Formats: sequence, structure tokens, C-alpha cells
Amino acid sequence: MKFIKNKSGFLDRTKGANELIDLRKTISNHKRWDLLFMITGIIALMIAILTFIALFAQMLIDGMPRLSWDFFTSFPSRRPESAGILSAWVGTTLVMLVTAVSAVPLGVGAGVYLEEYAPKNLFTEIIEINVTNLAGVPSIIYGLLALGLFVYQLGFGQSILAAGMALALLILPVVIVATREAIRSIPIAIREGAYALGATKWQTVSDHLLPYSSAGILTGIIIGLARAIGETAPIITIGALTFIAFLPPSPVTNEFPFISFEWLTAPFTVMPIQMFNWVSRPEEAFQLNAAAAGLVLVVMTLTMNGLAIYLRYRMRKNIKW
Amino acid sequence: MQENAAINRYKSEVKNLSFYYGTFNALKNIDMVLHDKKITALIGPSGCGKSTFLRCYNRMHDLYPGNRYEGDIVLYPDNVNILSPKVDPIEVRMRISMVFQKPNPFPKSIYENVAYGLRVRGIKQRAILDEKIEDALRNAALWNEVKDRLNHLAFNLSGGQQQRLCIARALATNPEILLFDEPTSALDPIATASIEELIADLKDKVTILIVTHNMQQAARVSDYTAFMYLGELIEFGETDDIFIKPKNKQTEDYITGRFG
Repeated sequence: MKFIKNKSGFLDRTKGANELIDLRKTISNHKRWDLLFMITGIIALMIAILTFIALFAQMLIDGMPRLSWDFFTSFPSRRPESAGILSAWVGTTLVMLVTAVSAVPLGVGAGVYLEEYAPKNLFTEIIEINVTNLAGVPSIIYGLLALGLFVYQLGFGQSILAAGMALALLILPVVIVATREAIRSIPIAIREGAYALGATKWQTVSDHLLPYSSAGILTGIIIGLARAIGETAPIITIGALTFIAFLPPSPVTNEFPFISFEWLTAPFTVMPIQMFNWVSRPEEAFQLNAAAAGLVLVVMTLTMNGLAIYLRYRMRKNIKW
Repeated sequence: MQENAAINRYKSEVKNLSFYYGTFNALKNIDMVLHDKKITALIGPSGCGKSTFLRCYNRMHDLYPGNRYEGDIVLYPDNVNILSPKVDPIEVRMRISMVFQKPNPFPKSIYENVAYGLRVRGIKQRAILDEKIEDALRNAALWNEVKDRLNHLAFNLSGGQQQRLCIARALATNPEILLFDEPTSALDPIATASIEELIADLKDKVTILIVTHNMQQAARVSDYTAFMYLGELIEFGETDDIFIKPKNKQTEDYITGRFG
């Protein structure tokens, strides 16, 4: 290393020529790893994305011609060209309704309790750890639980009610965790501001914490439902029918009190089971039906995820901590 | 006779107050008074316990497990010890309001922010709410700036306006004591000046206890000053005395900037 005086007379520290060449070599060696990792990363990403795109494209090509109004309004049939998904999408919608109605109050309630009310001790800590673990339990286990508990013990039978509640159990951990995280992201200053004005715990929760975390909670609920909509194993376990050519009784009736809950106990099928049924048929034409049903299912799931993203964006616009 | 004199002059008396975060002794045997309708400033270096002391006054520590008070904070004229476990902390917070370090408006409208304290007290009639909210906003010197946009989100106000909104929110419920926890530390000098002016104007209406990091601020706004160090009250007296002729060496070192 030498010190040279430059034009303005200041000391300038310059490296010797050889030293500089070595330095550049080292840098370019190091940069080779950058490049290597970038390529590996792109390949990994492409494998994931292209696989999905290929699957989706295949389904689109096979199923698109089958998608028509009739496909949505026809029951399954022995003749593939006249078979439809009416009973399947109605079943899915009703099961999702039961799932949402049972999982939302339970999950949000449990999340709020754990975050705001529960004393911090060993017992609540064990519960907290297990709530997170529950999200990782294979869904068929929930199916077995529901079969024993809802179908036989509580006598719900192989019904929409039993299926909806089985899926509610499945997504409960997702809702609980989303609720807790949404509440936890509210600054302590806001919480203390409410308490300092004389609010009780419940007033703080209902006037502040829940409204301010509703975007996060709603996102969690929708993502949970999007997961539940494609679940097959627990529904098969509790004994959904694979071929069903009638609808559950309508929830709205002509006679007083105009609302009927008979549909809750009705047998049913859901979209993934309908698909599974068609895929296992030997005739090629049924495979096309399966592709079309799959397309509908994927679009439903993506729409729900899109809705979650949109809601989060809309509701967070007014809240910036 | 002496009791009567105390009742007239004092809003509150702190008797042998100690406070523990778990096993950590954050406040040690503090004895002090709050003069009625006067401003009392708490000064001292970071971590000396000023905020901890302030937050005893509205039982904020009750929100977190493992905290423990010892001693009394007596409120006059009704002579009630607000630290007593028999006294509901919510009742204490309804009598004693607080303004925080960083403006913390709720993500609601300006109107709803000020209304919240009134709503938790069960006031529902629109006319009463309107009147009290206008009063509070006027007292917080914010009315003229926001009267045409009461339904706008409070987050759209500037930092200084947000802090005045928080003061209005605390004033709306007509508190007996108003606590300020370094209310200007997140504000620029101009907003700080307007908040200081506001605090000085408020002392006709309410007894004020203010924690400040800024000694000039204490000297400018307060009537009484307490200097705290390592959880102890080192010196308490009229602000002029504390700043001009402090009796204690530590106080003198601190206010002359030799430490802290």
C-alpha cells in the first residue's frame, strides 16, 4: 500500500496494482455464489409455479368445454354429457355456511380470551402451544373425531351439520391464531388509551380491539374457509354420499315461520367428493366432468383468497399505527 | 384543624408510596402532595420512576400481572385511598384522566374520540354529547380547527392536533386530576409550545401532574416541581425554589445539567 499526494495536495491512499487485481478476483469469486443462488432460486420458484400453471391449464383445456349453465343446474347422471354439479355446489355452500357459523364465534371468542383475558400461567401456555399444534393435525383425524362425536355420539347422522362442524374443528386453530395475531398487532398505547378513559375489559375489546382487528380476523376466517372448501378426507370419513340426485330441503319455506333447518340433517355431497367420484370412473367423458368441477373449485378458492386480500387492503387503509 | 387546611390546599397526598414490578422496587417511600388547581411537574433522568409514579395515579399498573403498590395515594376532598384494593381501578380512571407520551387517538372520527369517555359513562343523548364535546374541544384549543370536520378520521390530524385531541378526550369527562406523561416528547417545537400554553391555561379547571424530560418545560409551565432519582423523591417544592435555590446537591447537579 502506498500513499500518494494527489493534485490538490491531499494524501491519497491507493492500492498497489497487484493487490487490486487480487481484490477484484476475490469479489468476482464471491459474486459467483450470488449468481448460483439466484439461478437455484428461480428454478425452485418455477417448479412450484409452472406445476400449478400446467395443472390449471390442463384442467382448463379439459374442463372448459363442459362448463355451461346446465353443468351447474344438473344433478350427477350416468350419462356424462348430462351430468352436473348441482348437488355438489349446493352441498359445499351449505357445509361452508355451517362451518363459518360454528367456527367464527368459537375461534374469535377463544382468540380474544387467550389474548386479553387468560391469566398467564402454565395451563394457558400449554393450551396456547396446542392450539398452534392443532393446525398441523392431519384432516382425516378430525374426520374420525367427527364420525365418533357428531355422527354417532350426538346423533347428527351423516348430515350437513356433522360435516360442517367437522370442518369447523379443522379450521378453528387457523381462526384462533389469526384473531390473536390481529389483536396483538394493535399498539399497547391504543389499549391503554381505552382503559385510561375508564373502559372495562369488555368495552375495550368490543369498542376497540375487535373493530380494529376485524380485517385480520376476517382474513383468517376466509383463508380457513378456503382451506375447508377443498377438504375431502374428513367428509368421506363421516360418510358423505358420492352420488346424490336430490337437493337438501330448502332453508326458506312457504309456511310460517318461513325458515326451516331440516337441511341441516340432510345427506349431501360436496365438490371434491363429486370430483373424486368422476375421476374414479373408467369413461373418458367423466374425466372431463371432473376437470370442469375442479376448475370451479379452484376458482372458488382463488376468489376467496382474493376477497381476503381485498378486504385486508380496504379495512387497513383507514388504520395505520 | 390541620386536616381542614389540607383539604383546602391539597387535591391529593401521596403517603409512603412504594411500587414493585415483580421483585424490582421501582418507587421507594415517596411522600408528596398535589396542590389543588396547580401544575406539578415530575423531573428526573430516564428510568428514575417518574412515569411509574404517574401511572400509579390512574392504577394503570393493574393492567399487568405481577405489579404491587404499597402505601397510599389519598384523594381529597373525599379522603379516599385510590390504591386500596377495595377501590375499583375503573372508578379511579373515571376520576383521573391521562394523556400519553405519543398521541394515541383511536382510529375513529374526531367526534367519536372525544365522545368515548362520555360513552363509557353511559351518556347517550346526542345533545349532551354534542355540548360536552364542543366544550372539551374548545378547552383543548382545537375547536376552531376541527369544527367543520368532526366526522373525519382523527388520524388525518397533525401530531400536535392529535395530542390536543387526546387532551380534549381526557377533559371531556371533567376529571379531577389530569396526568400528562411527557406529552410533547413526540412533537416538534411549535406543537410543543402550543401544548405547553394549553396546559398552563388548563390549571384553572383541573389539577395537573406532568412528567417531563425537559427541564425548561417544567420551569415554564409548573407551579411545583418534584425531582426524582433512582425511584426516590429527592426534592419537592415550588418550581422557582427548585430551579433557583435547590436544597439538595443531586437536584442542583441535575438541573444545571451536570448529569442525567
